[in-house]
Amino acid sequence: MSDDLIERVRKSIATSKRIPLETVTIDSDFQQLGIDSMDAVEILFALENEFDINIPDDEVRSVRGVRDMCVGVEKLLAAKAAAAETQAGQ
Amino acid sequence: MRRVAITGLGAICALGRTTAEVAESLRQGRSGIAPIESTDASQLRFRNGAEVRGYSHQGYFDDRRADFIDRFAQFAVIAAREAVASAGVEWTSELRETAAIVTGSCVGGQSTEDVGFYDVYKMGLNRVHPLTIPKTMANAGASHISMEFGITGPSYTISTACSSAGHAIGQAFWMVRSGMTDLALAGGSEAPFSFGILKAWEAMRVVSPETCRPFSKDRRGMVLGEGAGMLVLEPLEAAVARGATVHAEIAGFGMSSDACHITQPSADGAAKAMRAAMRDAGVAPEAIGYVNAHGTGTLANDATETVALKAVFGAHAGKVAVSSTKSMHGHALGAAAALECLATVLALRDGVLPPTANYNIPDPECDLDVIPNHARQQQVEWAISNSFAFGGLNAVLALRKT
Repeated sequence: MSDDLIERVRKSIATSKRIPLETVTIDSDFQQLGIDSMDAVEILFALENEFDINIPDDEVRSVRGVRDMCVGVEKLLAAKAAAAETQAGQ
Repeated sequence: MRRVAITGLGAICALGRTTAEVAESLRQGRSGIAPIESTDASQLRFRNGAEVRGYSHQGYFDDRRADFIDRFAQFAVIAAREAVASAGVEWTSELRETAAIVTGSCVGGQSTEDVGFYDVYKMGLNRVHPLTIPKTMANAGASHISMEFGITGPSYTISTACSSAGHAIGQAFWMVRSGMTDLALAGGSEAPFSFGILKAWEAMRVVSPETCRPFSKDRRGMVLGEGAGMLVLEPLEAAVARGATVHAEIAGFGMSSDACHITQPSADGAAKAMRAAMRDAGVAPEAIGYVNAHGTGTLANDATETVALKAVFGAHAGKVAVSSTKSMHGHALGAAAALECLATVLALRDGVLPPTANYNIPDPECDLDVIPNHARQQQVEWAISNSFAFGGLNAVLALRKT
């Protein structure tokens, strides 16, 4: 996982929840940060815009913290890159 | 204070275009949820809705009149016509002057607004249709009903999201009970199948990608619905005197606000509204035989509603039959409470409790008698109908068999 990706995820969460960036670390869990279900939906919206990805509901059900979220975003970015490559190859 | 009779019923929704059709679908446990037809759903995370399939204004309104009325208000008028006809209301000039209309709607004619905004934002047009405002306003249903029947008494609309029609029927009930009016038309209508509105629901991540399975462990969210339900309310004594058919009585109405969270439900708020409705009706919890649940099919609502029902009913919670008819007519937002009140009236009148359709797997967090999949023949004396809105505004109606 790149530092850049982690930074962007942290920033999306902090901006959306309006909390200081330094309170959001790779090891923070959402409960600690006081993130409820509506906050989570807003964070997903922010991440979809930030990374130009589509985050399906099924992918987020088990996400409990920042690290899970970064892993999920990385996976979706890889899928997006693979899809773009396939399209370019055709 | 006067007892209040329901003497007229009108409905149009995914389950049918008349009360008789809706009653038959509820009895069969037949869900009206199907792939969305009225809007292109290919760019949505969900595919299904509970629409009035194949609906056209033709046969209900002439073309020129329909130009003035958004689909949501057309539904309101159609249901009101049926309710008034079935009640056999004999209009006098005095009755027209004093009759009340109270309707509920959550989004009003936002579908019309959606089209107008598309024109200016996307198409770069410099004007929107001049009827956009009168078609969009949430009170259009009440206004067109008043014009339809020449009713000049108190008429207004309540917008409390998913509780709108519950608050509307409750207010109308109190107006009749107190003697403020001798006849009220009350209910709600909604038509939210417009791309912009559906996208907004998608973003909330509460809509099921498949169907609506209230109280089932594998539930995945709500499914949007549309339509209208309308009731005619009169003082019981006058209704009996004129030989009207009394379908059931409304006996109590309770409201509360969670004062908690803008979207998350609260068991305390829900329980408070149920207790208020039963107190208003003067009925003990143990006398309630059926609960038409809010039962949206979201993870949060159904588990929270179960906690609330247990808090209110205690040991009786295991004995009371509970079902969510949203599993069949979908979540019709501002019309939901009207369709559900109507389903509750039919349950009391006919002695058939509607099921919770699409039910698969028991959930320990929703361990109630939820009448899974098949309607139940059971005579019930008292019932309540629950509505708990986004924004934490709750409305519960208590009904009694006549």
